[in-house]
Amino acid sequence: MTLRNTTGYVAAVLAASTLAWSGANANDEVAALAADPANWAIPTGDYANTRYSKLSEINADNVGDLNVAWTFSTGVLRGHEGGPLVIGDTMFLHTPFPNRVYSMDLNDEGRIHWMYEPKQDPSVIPVMCCDTVNRGLSYADGKVFLYQADATLVALDEKTGEVVWSTSNGDAGKGETGTSAPMVFKDKVIVGISGGEFGVQGHLTAYNISDGSMAWRGYSTGPDDQTLMDPEATTHLGQPVGKDSGTATWEGDQWKIGGGTTWGWYSYDPDLNLVYYGTGNPSTWNPVQRPGDNRWSMTIFARDVDTGMAKWVYQMTPHDEWDYDGINEMILADQEIDGAMRKTLVHFDRNGFGYTLDRESGELLVAEKFDPAVNWATHVDMKTGRPQVVAEYSTHQNGEDVNSTNICPAALGSKDQQPAAYSPDTKLFYVPTNHVCMDYEPFEVEYTAGQPYVGATLSMFPAGRVTENGTDNLGNFIAWDATKGEIKWSNPEAFSVWSGALATAGNVVFYGTLEGYLKAVNAETGEELYRFKTPSGIIGNVTTWEHDGKQYIGVLSGLGGWAGIGFAAGLTGDTDGLGAVGAYKSLSSYTSLGGVLTVFSL
Amino acid sequence: MKNKFHVPLLLLALACTHTVNAGETAAEDIPKYVVEDGKVDKATFNGYRRYHGTCHACHGQDAMGGSFAPALTESLKTVDYDTFVKTVMEGRQATASGGAVSAMPAFANDPNITKHLDDIYRYLAARSDGELGAGRPPKLPKPKK
Repeated sequence: MTLRNTTGYVAAVLAASTLAWSGANANDEVAALAADPANWAIPTGDYANTRYSKLSEINADNVGDLNVAWTFSTGVLRGHEGGPLVIGDTMFLHTPFPNRVYSMDLNDEGRIHWMYEPKQDPSVIPVMCCDTVNRGLSYADGKVFLYQADATLVALDEKTGEVVWSTSNGDAGKGETGTSAPMVFKDKVIVGISGGEFGVQGHLTAYNISDGSMAWRGYSTGPDDQTLMDPEATTHLGQPVGKDSGTATWEGDQWKIGGGTTWGWYSYDPDLNLVYYGTGNPSTWNPVQRPGDNRWSMTIFARDVDTGMAKWVYQMTPHDEWDYDGINEMILADQEIDGAMRKTLVHFDRNGFGYTLDRESGELLVAEKFDPAVNWATHVDMKTGRPQVVAEYSTHQNGEDVNSTNICPAALGSKDQQPAAYSPDTKLFYVPTNHVCMDYEPFEVEYTAGQPYVGATLSMFPAGRVTENGTDNLGNFIAWDATKGEIKWSNPEAFSVWSGALATAGNVVFYGTLEGYLKAVNAETGEELYRFKTPSGIIGNVTTWEHDGKQYIGVLSGLGGWAGIGFAAGLTGDTDGLGAVGAYKSLSSYTSLGGVLTVFSL
Repeated sequence: MKNKFHVPLLLLALACTHTVNAGETAAEDIPKYVVEDGKVDKATFNGYRRYHGTCHACHGQDAMGGSFAPALTESLKTVDYDTFVKTVMEGRQATASGGAVSAMPAFANDPNITKHLDDIYRYLAARSDGELGAGRPPKLPKPKK
């Protein structure tokens, strides 16, 4: 670490010392660590989830000279999402199930200080819908926070790896599991819950970092005392939500198994004291079995960090009929819209719309398609906020046991959890996307606790089959102007881009591909400047840090996740001449399973 | 229906562990699929649908496998009906040489599986036998009474 980053240096030294910071100061400590670009101190880079680094030693002029500095095998062969934390001289790295945590010495090319591996019942493996992924760790107050597959949240001593405290955030026997990265805001660590395909009742929960006691829990569905809503003060597009809005649009007790899980990313605005996140699909995938808007599934939430009370909500996809989870990251950026600076929140939803909202009031400012192939809705009505659903693609209107065809996007969305990045230099958002469409057939299912509760079959294929423009790419990496809702440039990718992006002050943007390439592109033009094929497909998020005055880029390889499962055997459709658009190209001819961190430098 | 004899079958399989491959179920009692010109009977179609409501999450679209679990189009070439039933009902765990654990859940309590198990078998057998291609199969016209 260089001495010029004085603030971060002091913070890092203090953090590493035996003088533990008191819980109340954890926010200051984490904020100081994250403000120093030498660190990657929180999973999202910063509270605002921009994934932008001020480092510029590696830049558009020299990134072509990038080389591998060192590599590290995690010892686990599953989908590796997320990325490492770097704090001072130490890297903290997680793995998928069994959820190992490594503390590594950056002064010695990643030599292991300690390794922690929890004991978990393997029966949790098959109740994780889309691979045994984990999206990363958090750090504060001398503790490393791991959110295990079995929904146990543990705090580890950052010096020894010993468990300081441990608490259960869910029951894996009911299909409640953990995949998301915990986030530390103020003196709390925030965690969500996975299990939308098992009929869980989703919630976001805050634990006190000092002792692991629960501070608050806000459910996505349920009466006001569970959703932490005030009928008058909590608003939806400026209007009070009214009494028990989390049950009013459900039939009977379906809300109790109604999903609305919270397995994505969480952002935080310290000035407004609000945490932002999105909720997932309503359960089941068969919309006919759950009439109504199914509030507050598919919803952007703004909650008070101290109390959990919801300030405002916006439901993007009322009564979901396609599994368009709303859990993707909320990126906080101040932008000029119609001549006025606004505190905005930008969100690229599974449903294919890129939303820009005022993050203070929840006012909807922009809602435009970020993939031209999106066809399930014509547009979003800016007054009501409701997507205007095209009847042909409505799986509810078509009904149970009817195969609705050629719906774009597919259930995995125009974008899934793979996070976008925002550069304040170019004022552009860099978005890893999917370009996949589907057929979807809902049918009746019965609920049993801990068993899959899905109720639809679907098949997926390249969007080119629907747009009939002769393309067969399954993904695009795009640059987006969120003030207007316009694509600035778009690079086609053979497969879905399932890796999180990194923007840097060096005018370079990084991302990974499912074939295993780490790519660097010009932030202004999208021109490819560098690629390197890592040991396995990349579904991890690219990170950067500085050590001994040198900038490093790091990314996890390890094919898996929903994309890895879905595409490993190729896509469907030998019955309708898909060979012409190459639907059979298979990821397994490019890469295989892995679990490796690759670190680059000049 | 099918459930009624699955339960004793399962007990039988448990009573004589490691001998389930012998095939306790008489050949004529093993569920059969109907595929004609790429079209399938109602039961096999139901199997396609139920498979893609649950099993595909690990075993892949069209039973072609994924990075998570084996291709059943291959597995069913060596796994007989009784072993199939036992595995679905009881689940299975395995540890590879590297220590990686794979786990198949037990579906004995899941009516979305148990009520349709024979149909799922029909679909997978048709796929495994190479009689049925990938994708959503068209249905044969209903048989006239």
